[in-house]
Amino acid sequence: MTDQQGTKKSVRKAGLLSLIPGLGQIYNGQLLKGILYLLITCGFIIELVTVGIPAFQGFITLGTVPIRDHSLFLLVKGTLQIIMTFIYLMVMLLSISDARQVAKRWNQFGKVNRSASSMLKNVWENGFPYLLTIPAYFVMLFVIVFPVLVTLFMAFTNYDFYHIPPAKLIDWVGLQNFFNMFFLSSYRATFVTVLGWTIVWTFLATTCQIVLGILTAVITNQKFIVGRRLWRIIFLLPWAVPAFVTIMSFSNMFNDSIGAINQQVLAFLNDIPFLHIQDIPWKTNPFWTKTALIMIQTWLGFPYIFVMVTGVLQSIPDDLYEAADIDGANFVQKFTKITLPMILFATAPVFITQYTFNFNNFSIIYLFNSGGPGDVGGGAGATDILISWIYKLTTGTSPQYQLASAVTIVISIIVIGISLFAFKKTHAFSNEEMM
Amino acid sequence: MKKLLSSRKASKSFNRFFTYLFLVTLSVIIIYPLLITAQSAFNNTNLAAFSLDLNMHWTLDNFRQLFTETLYLTWFKNTIVIAIFTMIIQVTIVTLAGYTYSRYRFKGRKNGLIFFLIIQMVPTMAALTAFFVLGLIINGLDHFWYLTMVYVGGGIPMNTWLMKGYFDTIPRDLDESARIDGAGHLRILCQINLPLAMPMIAVQALWAFMGPFGDYLLAAFLLRTPSNLTVAVGLQQFIANPTNQNVSMFAAGSFLISIPIVLLFFFLQRYFQSGLTAGGTKG
Repeated sequence: MTDQQGTKKSVRKAGLLSLIPGLGQIYNGQLLKGILYLLITCGFIIELVTVGIPAFQGFITLGTVPIRDHSLFLLVKGTLQIIMTFIYLMVMLLSISDARQVAKRWNQFGKVNRSASSMLKNVWENGFPYLLTIPAYFVMLFVIVFPVLVTLFMAFTNYDFYHIPPAKLIDWVGLQNFFNMFFLSSYRATFVTVLGWTIVWTFLATTCQIVLGILTAVITNQKFIVGRRLWRIIFLLPWAVPAFVTIMSFSNMFNDSIGAINQQVLAFLNDIPFLHIQDIPWKTNPFWTKTALIMIQTWLGFPYIFVMVTGVLQSIPDDLYEAADIDGANFVQKFTKITLPMILFATAPVFITQYTFNFNNFSIIYLFNSGGPGDVGGGAGATDILISWIYKLTTGTSPQYQLASAVTIVISIIVIGISLFAFKKTHAFSNEEMM
Repeated sequence: MKKLLSSRKASKSFNRFFTYLFLVTLSVIIIYPLLITAQSAFNNTNLAAFSLDLNMHWTLDNFRQLFTETLYLTWFKNTIVIAIFTMIIQVTIVTLAGYTYSRYRFKGRKNGLIFFLIIQMVPTMAALTAFFVLGLIINGLDHFWYLTMVYVGGGIPMNTWLMKGYFDTIPRDLDESARIDGAGHLRILCQINLPLAMPMIAVQALWAFMGPFGDYLLAAFLLRTPSNLTVAVGLQQFIANPTNQNVSMFAAGSFLISIPIVLLFFFLQRYFQSGLTAGGTKG
């Protein structure tokens, strides 16, 4: 104790020693903490030698002997090992920054915490935010980051129906898949067609649901309406009933020959004088399938917007409208000058997430008509959006995981790019530092 | 003056007429498809397609058949178990993380959250095989806990963001005064902030609970044994199989799961507005 009191600790040395986590702490005199870090290090090294290094080797070669080596398993295990190594590197960084800080405190105060209880207390006091977020990060690492990494890696392999492990090996092929996607005419044609409809779908379906949501909220919010609660409950129903139930019901109702829409609704409308509508080929004509899909998504999605916009409307102070009344503003002016700007200001970020949601809205496309009718090449139907095409590419009789992954990477870049741009424009991130 | 007043009156009743016309039309469009599905559940003729039939014979045969001849009750029980665990784990994780992001300033805070918000936009459809292989490696395939963890993980980023937004609207003065009075981290969280965040927690719980009832894809992919399926996957078989379609039974099964969810939804509905507008509008 006495000899340590006088000597200064070198911050640099403490940090460098912690390249082997634990040594820096021991140098600082925090034996217990040091041993804890060392134990973690030992555990990782043992893991690395027994499992990790073979995993990395397997990841690089993706197997050398068919049957014995299962390329897909090697790819997955390699990815998991990369995540493990990343976690260990984070521990190492933590150890280094901790050792440096403690060394600084040595130099300032001449002593540091050493007992187990004071150490725990320190973790509780200063590490509290980390303790609370670690579960979230841990789960996300395996459920979100892991599959994204595997997708990313698969996009650079030749994993398709010619190369199904373990009978065949998978190999790294570099940028070949991306090259094929943009330059091989058959792939490119499908990609462009599907992308085109995906964009049209996203734009029309989302815009329709936002417009209907705002319209319904504004109309329902008028003061004279009797039974406002009841109307609101009705308008929430499409959100409350599980979506797969309603989508499958709609799928049945839109059947060309026996569905209720053609049999009942159109028959009913035809009773109106001078109106005559033929049976509509909802499921066999691409145009009508698309129309039906957009109508159904509008039906499904507007309540969410409706609830949110109603909340915003109720928070707009009445005196704004009273002032407008005095100035002689009419309904349209009040709406475009007060109501709409308030709604857009408050909910723009949510609208953006609605667009990205529909861009990847798999269940409606798949459950309504399995992406059909017809075939636009590459296994995609006329109403397949990118995400359902990817699903078909990976689950069909002749799966093409490599292409599916490459498509995923490309659309991810598009979606992320656009939403980052949109978030920036709407200042969703910027106002958060104001508090 | 009189003329102006009467024209005002006319435009007012004009407005009322169209308002109610809109409300009624929209209600009909919403209720009609739900009604014919619900009604088909009680129809005793083996239907090929739903239709609204006011003269049909009402029966409970479809429900009896559902309980005795199919695994519906088992599927229902499975889904409830998965939904409850998903709800508990996800809400706990999301509440803690959202609170931390709202109240504490720490290294890696902003980048961490934005990173996960962005990376969750990458569709994991192509990596379903990866989940499959991971399930084989850690022996999670066909097990509920594995599916539950996948549901939980997928819901974290967006919901943490919403939760953080909600905590942001709770004034900090309370925290400060409690801290001056000597309250620790845990006390400030549990006794001050959690009770105030209850509306948002209720909304989150409902969403997390509803997730497994609505998901078809992951459950179909990660569960194998017929007695391990969830309701969505099970019911889909009644309507998707072209050779052995049973529309009435699908309707009956759908009716049964929709009722509790809709009731729960409306029971918690009053929290929605505050939860959504506070959490959502902040981004």
